[in-house]
Amino acid sequence: MIELLGWVPFLPFLGFLILAIAGERLSRRLIPWIGAGSVGISALLTALIGAQFLKGAMPPYRLALGSWMAVDNLSVPFGFYLDPLSMTMLFVVTGVGFLIHVYSAEFMESDPGYARFFAYMNLFVSAMLVLVLADNLVLLYLGWEGVGLGSYLLIGFWYEDPNNGYAARKAFVMTRAGDTSMAIGLFLLFTQLHTFDIQSVMTQATNLWTPGTVLPVAAAALLLGGAVGKSAQLPLQSWLPDAMAGPTPVSALIHAATMVTAGVYLIARTHALFMLAPSVQFAVAVIGAVTLLMAGCSALAQTDIKRILAYSTISQIGYMFLALGVGAWSAAIFHLLTHAFFKALLFLAAGAVILCFHHEHNIFRMGGLRKSMPLAFLSFMIGSAALSGLPFTSGYYSKHEILLAAFEVSPVLWTAGCLGALITGIYSFRLVFVAFFGPQHAQVEKSPGWRMSAPLLLLCILALAGAMLEIPLASVFSALAADENLHELNTVSAITVAAPFIGVLIAGLFYLTGAFSTQRLESLVWIRQIQRFFFSGWGMDAFYNILLVRPFKTIARLNKNDAVDSIYSATAFLSLMFHRLFSSLQTGQVRWYASSMVLGTIVIIAIGWLS
Amino acid sequence: MILLALILVLFLGGLAAWFSERWNPEAPRWVAVITLSIESLLVIVQYSASGRIDYLSAGMPQAWIADFQGAWIPRFGIGFHLAADGLSLLLIALTEFLGFMAVSSSWTEIRERQGFFFFNLLSCLAGTIGVFLALDLFLFFFFWELMIIPMYFLISIWGHENRIYAAIKFFIFTQVSSLLMLVAIVALVLKHHSNSGVYTFDYFDLLNTRLEPDVALWLMAGFFIAFTVKLPAVPFHTWLPDAHTQAPTGGSVILAGVMLKTGAYGLLRFVVPLFPEAAHEFAPIAMMLGTISVLYAAVMAFAQSDLKRLIAYTSVSHMGFILLGIFSWNFLALQGAVITMLAHGISAAALFMIAGALQERLHTREMERMGGLWSAIPHLSAFTLFFAMASLGLPGLGNFIGEFLVLVGAFGVNASLTVITALGLILAPVYALIIIQKAFHGPTRQYAGLRDFSRRELASFGLLVLIMVWLGIRPQAVLDISAPAIKQDIQNTQAMENG
Repeated sequence: MIELLGWVPFLPFLGFLILAIAGERLSRRLIPWIGAGSVGISALLTALIGAQFLKGAMPPYRLALGSWMAVDNLSVPFGFYLDPLSMTMLFVVTGVGFLIHVYSAEFMESDPGYARFFAYMNLFVSAMLVLVLADNLVLLYLGWEGVGLGSYLLIGFWYEDPNNGYAARKAFVMTRAGDTSMAIGLFLLFTQLHTFDIQSVMTQATNLWTPGTVLPVAAAALLLGGAVGKSAQLPLQSWLPDAMAGPTPVSALIHAATMVTAGVYLIARTHALFMLAPSVQFAVAVIGAVTLLMAGCSALAQTDIKRILAYSTISQIGYMFLALGVGAWSAAIFHLLTHAFFKALLFLAAGAVILCFHHEHNIFRMGGLRKSMPLAFLSFMIGSAALSGLPFTSGYYSKHEILLAAFEVSPVLWTAGCLGALITGIYSFRLVFVAFFGPQHAQVEKSPGWRMSAPLLLLCILALAGAMLEIPLASVFSALAADENLHELNTVSAITVAAPFIGVLIAGLFYLTGAFSTQRLESLVWIRQIQRFFFSGWGMDAFYNILLVRPFKTIARLNKNDAVDSIYSATAFLSLMFHRLFSSLQTGQVRWYASSMVLGTIVIIAIGWLS
Repeated sequence: MILLALILVLFLGGLAAWFSERWNPEAPRWVAVITLSIESLLVIVQYSASGRIDYLSAGMPQAWIADFQGAWIPRFGIGFHLAADGLSLLLIALTEFLGFMAVSSSWTEIRERQGFFFFNLLSCLAGTIGVFLALDLFLFFFFWELMIIPMYFLISIWGHENRIYAAIKFFIFTQVSSLLMLVAIVALVLKHHSNSGVYTFDYFDLLNTRLEPDVALWLMAGFFIAFTVKLPAVPFHTWLPDAHTQAPTGGSVILAGVMLKTGAYGLLRFVVPLFPEAAHEFAPIAMMLGTISVLYAAVMAFAQSDLKRLIAYTSVSHMGFILLGIFSWNFLALQGAVITMLAHGISAAALFMIAGALQERLHTREMERMGGLWSAIPHLSAFTLFFAMASLGLPGLGNFIGEFLVLVGAFGVNASLTVITALGLILAPVYALIIIQKAFHGPTRQYAGLRDFSRRELASFGLLVLIMVWLGIRPQAVLDISAPAIKQDIQNTQAMENG
């Protein structure tokens, strides 16, 4: 079975090809069968491969599919590498991906670009699978850019609105900035270690490089640049909230469950390199901690249901970075797994609300949806509980592991994480209380059919019990297994568990019981200012606009006619002037010629006489 | 003999096309198709014969595939020496293929004086192939000029509103720079004569000319400027946006796809091998010009509102990678430069064909007057998206392989310049995606009588896409063809520098 691994990414690609070539000419009944079907078979295949793989001792499996390029000592094969880490990612991508595709079959049904949508989705899934399976950094980069393309195409899917196009380009260019850093990292690694094969790079680096020296630090920092861009972490996070311009299933698949976690995967995949660069690894933890707090605060101030979820995604990936930074590699991947379940659930439930509720995004215009949309309500309750990390949900186990591991390294990081958990509790239940409780403001148009309901139900189960699907990753991160045997610290543990409850309580006092009123708070000027600051995502967009975008546009506009060309135009202009001058002297009048001859003679004589 | 036929068939075919117009005004384009088909057969025959010794005269190094030597002006040591190695064969194949594309895109666009148009098109191709084959410097110069004059006519007769200005600008830039090259050629020959007492223009004889360092630097500069004007690199690039905007589509295809590559070819074939030490001295400056080209042209491309002008600037940006790669002068970077030549040939030609197709339909190149085209002409739009992605260097497509190899190779030579050049990778989507945004996305508008791609256009673009993907997924086939030639060049210069 495992030899069929190559089909897992190829089937969605085949789906893409069929949908892209035949396009909207296909019958609308057939389109979802191809689009979701290709991913479905992929998921089935993954399950079979996984069953076989997990039964054994799980030695890494390599699949060589031929050579891509070989020049001199550079050789890049099309090769896949399956170990527990890529297996986990395969499950997430094909499993959650399939559920989202089924959901999309109904969600996008009335859209004129039905086939185009599934074509893009399949392309994305295929690229994501290449990314996680690649055995070398160049093939990984192919998947890495491929998911960027998928993300661009799907954010800008509704292309008639120029704002969507802007959001799509912003996402592409900002992540490309990170990608370029990563590409330079690749050049550095190759120039030093003469291979792109990930496992060889890691062994070579460990053998040749002393920890903390320039080379590993530079290489790790450059790869971190790529990870930060794709995973929307500080300072390249501001594209993600705008990426919500795409259809909601896209946000669930790309901007929650899969693509944005690619950075986490990259760091986990190259963890040996990061261990050689302790300063960079610590930077990962700090970036994670700061990002999770910043994004959490921003989520508090949003009113758009999707933007709340977008900021919460940034914040949760911050937790994963925090875990990576403190060396809790398995915990990071574990949180990646559970986050994929509960965040996909939340996004899909939000999509159901939006679709059935007049395409409304503002939670304050919803209200009371508890009764009219019971399934969405259930989904949001379970999803938010898991997001906040309340006990007995999948999110609890993964987040708890991260926070305890953070405490081992630094109580400050732990405090940030706990504070983040408290904020998570507030913003996620603020959403639930505002949208689903209280008086209903408008009627629901329709209720979701089975293709939307079934994925929601399944994801509800996964969000609750998904923690049981954890795949032992000890063999991947073997060197560190000891570090992760945490001591149970009773007080610390208790605070960690309590933090989200306090958050939920605060949210309840403000938005459910009305014991505290937000209006009273908002009457204070400084609160309003802070709220606006948080709402704008800490002014990052304005910062980049002033620092980069506007100067770039201004320079480009001013130099539209190419300053270099003026050198040549000036030459042409001068020769034209001389031409005019000399031709105007050719008057054909004898008296002019005679007088100029006389003048010339006098001048020459004068020169001769004077010298 | 096949090498000679490669040039003659095109030239005679051009004459036949010209005269066939009297018989039927539609005939020339068919004559052009037949000529190019014969030509392709010749290329295939020559390629399949590679490795067979009977095409090669005694004494030619093994990296060469075939050669042809005839006497021309023996008094001055000028011979009719043609030879092909893997590199020239690849570029000739590209020329043939883009010849078909140029004919296809001129099929309905050119309505007047079709005979003379196809004569110019084919003789321009003949000159280009001559450039790729000539191994006698005088003969090389002859073909270099032969290729420019038909292009001048293509622009000045069938061009757009400002064609005369553009054609003259093109002509002056290339003439002045090739004059510098002629002076350098003659000086090199005289220098060789004073060393050895023999007049010769032959490439292999001149390869080992001993030169004083400052003389070598000046002579190299003569060649360098001629080739970087053609490439073009900043600051010699300003003829290109004008020439491209004004040229008919077929002319743009040839200009961007093939003619710019003669500059790259010249740098690779002549500048570095003839003057290895001088080129080595000069490499940091040349590489810096490459870096500046990549970045400056990318910013310029973003600023344009004329679609063809934008694409022209992207060409300058891509050529910067080639300049960087060639002057890095190692196997990786050079192979990258070769792939970039081919891949850019395909992607730029395709983008110019798209611009031409849009102009034929909308009678404008201004992107401000487009917008929302996706729903009106989905096929054309999807192909544009594909080639925009190719142009921004998406892995899996040809340009990525080229740029990647160039950057990997250059990183070992000059890491800081490579890092700065890599910033071009961030600017590429900025200019490539603005095309999609301005012309194809945005609110749907009503366009009268707008039709999507015809079958002829679908077939042409389908082929372009296939080749682009093939270059991106299986570049090895191409890399293997050029490898012996590149290895030979590197060995030669190393031998010179050591000896």
